[in-house]
Amino acid sequence: MNKILEIKDLAKYFSDFTAVHSIDFFVEEGGFFSILGPSGCGKTTLLRMISGFEEESKGDIIIRGESMKGIPPEKRPVNIVFQNLALFPMMNVEKNVAFGLKRLKISNDEIDSRVKEMLARVGLEGYEKKKVTELSGGQRQRVAIARSLVLKPSILLLDEPLGALDRKLREHMKIELKLLQKEIGTTFIYITHDQSEALVMSDKVAVMNKGRFEQIDTPQNLYKNPKTSFVAGFVGESNPFEIVSYDNGVMVTTNGWKLEKQGLDYTPKKLFIRPEAFILNPIVDLENLDVVDMKINTILFDGANTKISAKIVESNDVVLISLPQNAQFEDLKEGDIVKVGIHQDDLKCYKE
Amino acid sequence: MMKKRNITFYLFIIPVLMWLIFLIVLPHIDLFLSSFRFENDDGNTVFSFENYLSFFQDSIYWLTFLRTAFYSIAITVLAFVLTFPIAFFLTKVVSKKYSSFMTLLLLIPIWVGELVTIYGWMILLSDHGVINNFLIYLGLMDTPIKMLYTDFSMIIGLLYMSMLFMIVPVMSALDSLDDSLIEAASDLGASKWTIVTKIVIPHAMPGIASGGIMVFMLIIGDYVAPNILGGKSSLWFTEQIYNFFLTTIDWSQGAAFGFLLLLLSSAIIWIVLKITGQKLERVGS
Ligand SMILES: Nc1ncnc2c1ncn2[C@@H]1O[C@H](COP(=O)(O)OP(=O)(O)OP(=O)(O)O)[C@@H](O)[C@H]1O
Ligand SMILES: [Mg+2]
Repeated sequence: MNKILEIKDLAKYFSDFTAVHSIDFFVEEGGFFSILGPSGCGKTTLLRMISGFEEESKGDIIIRGESMKGIPPEKRPVNIVFQNLALFPMMNVEKNVAFGLKRLKISNDEIDSRVKEMLARVGLEGYEKKKVTELSGGQRQRVAIARSLVLKPSILLLDEPLGALDRKLREHMKIELKLLQKEIGTTFIYITHDQSEALVMSDKVAVMNKGRFEQIDTPQNLYKNPKTSFVAGFVGESNPFEIVSYDNGVMVTTNGWKLEKQGLDYTPKKLFIRPEAFILNPIVDLENLDVVDMKINTILFDGANTKISAKIVESNDVVLISLPQNAQFEDLKEGDIVKVGIHQDDLKCYKE
Repeated sequence: MMKKRNITFYLFIIPVLMWLIFLIVLPHIDLFLSSFRFENDDGNTVFSFENYLSFFQDSIYWLTFLRTAFYSIAITVLAFVLTFPIAFFLTKVVSKKYSSFMTLLLLIPIWVGELVTIYGWMILLSDHGVINNFLIYLGLMDTPIKMLYTDFSMIIGLLYMSMLFMIVPVMSALDSLDDSLIEAASDLGASKWTIVTKIVIPHAMPGIASGGIMVFMLIIGDYVAPNILGGKSSLWFTEQIYNFFLTTIDWSQGAAFGFLLLLLSSAIIWIVLKITGQKLERVGS
């Protein structure tokens, strides 16, 4: 696959503040690339540099092999869906979608047919003459996406486009966007602070923190093998621990829980364990398995996401454990003491 | 409780109503009635449309009105063209910190008052005024150009006193324009010109219309600038009304012309609003 976008050593300094530190990455043609990070980490700034609204302080942006240095936003082969959508309230749905096409030298007939086709794609047939202020949140979303996609950009940039929608609609649009991207094959660069959005939709996810990329990987790898403690804590749920000592393959947490972890060539400072890594009532003689007694504090029922909050008897550390909804664990209740196993491979340790 | 609130409500409403009735409604009714008073050949005062008809019968009157209306429209348009870039600059380009200070500076001519600014323009524009002297000093010409007491100086004066009434509503309309709309348009490939004509002006239209109405009414009803800065040939409709009241002392005729001015200028505004597809309710907000 060829690289449609290459970012080389890109940085942005505001007078006394570095919003983006030298970043390098590339995006493959036709991919769904997400940038995931907490609020204020520099996602919008990075996107604005790619679209040309913010000038880079350092580095280069290369689209289809061409440097974008000095090229104004209206001349770049990228389009952006803004965080607040920025639909034109003085125009109806059709005029909004046709706005970009009208700037090109193409006939009115072709504009009409392309607008119609695009509106059909996003499921807005029959809404041509509606005012954008009369649409629901999800419909406005679709108009914003249609308005950009109709121009057939090389890359579509989306800045937290689902942020303003309610949860239910967000879940729905998530799937819809992914399907739309697959269908039309345009490269998407999608910004979000919602890890579930990034994991569900993307081919590749870059996790961003304080202006830097911590890891660029597939969603599966990001979840299974987080490279830094920030990624381990930010992507997916995790039980975090501070490690105070590491001796002869045994780690000790702040509260004195001892765990075996062989073969580390560094001294771990942080430890993360996923809720589903805990095995309830394990077969005890498995290799590399730590087994501890835990006392169930409470059961947090949430359908397939049900968890147990339990206290490790030897150290009083409180952890969240996934509770599979099957008959085997049906009669667990508060106050019970259970045996819990943790495989050594599921202990994610970090130097810092 | 309810009763008590009603009493305070009336206590407040009565002065307001008295103000409206005695200072605004009654004088206008009186003027309106007197505009139909006409002294016939026998010396009796009768009800008649004669005062109104004379406007159409004597060409000097309606020609002056047409001239006044034409100039007023042109100056209103000019005021918009000149102030729009400034309004855009102050609201969208300059940072908030400075823009409120600069807006305050813009208001200085209003604090000074119309008469003083007009005398200021006289100093600048007269035959041996600042501008002429400067041009002669530069050697661009030998004899002064006549600028004062012409249509030119009158237009400058009217424009100067009315520009602020355009810039303030336009600025507040532009202030409410979301910057990301401009960025979105430019992202979709629009040139600067397209952005201004397709996004910025349509958004600011209610502000432009209310500024336009204010400026047009101010100019068409102004007396001072045309009278002082305008020359002998720079006739203005208000000057004719003034003459009826104070020179020929024909109050009925003056009143009739006053109402004609109100009627005709309202009609012009109505027509322009209709043509540009604006609604009066939206303009007011
Ligand atoms: N024009 C600017 N001048 C100075 N600092 C800025 C400017 N624009 C952004 N910043 C700073 O840069 C940092 C990153 O901002 P950015 O908008 O990129 O964050 P973000 O990751 O998009 O956050 P969010 O998820 O809340 O939208 C913030 O701390 C912000 O205060
Ligand atoms: Mg942002």
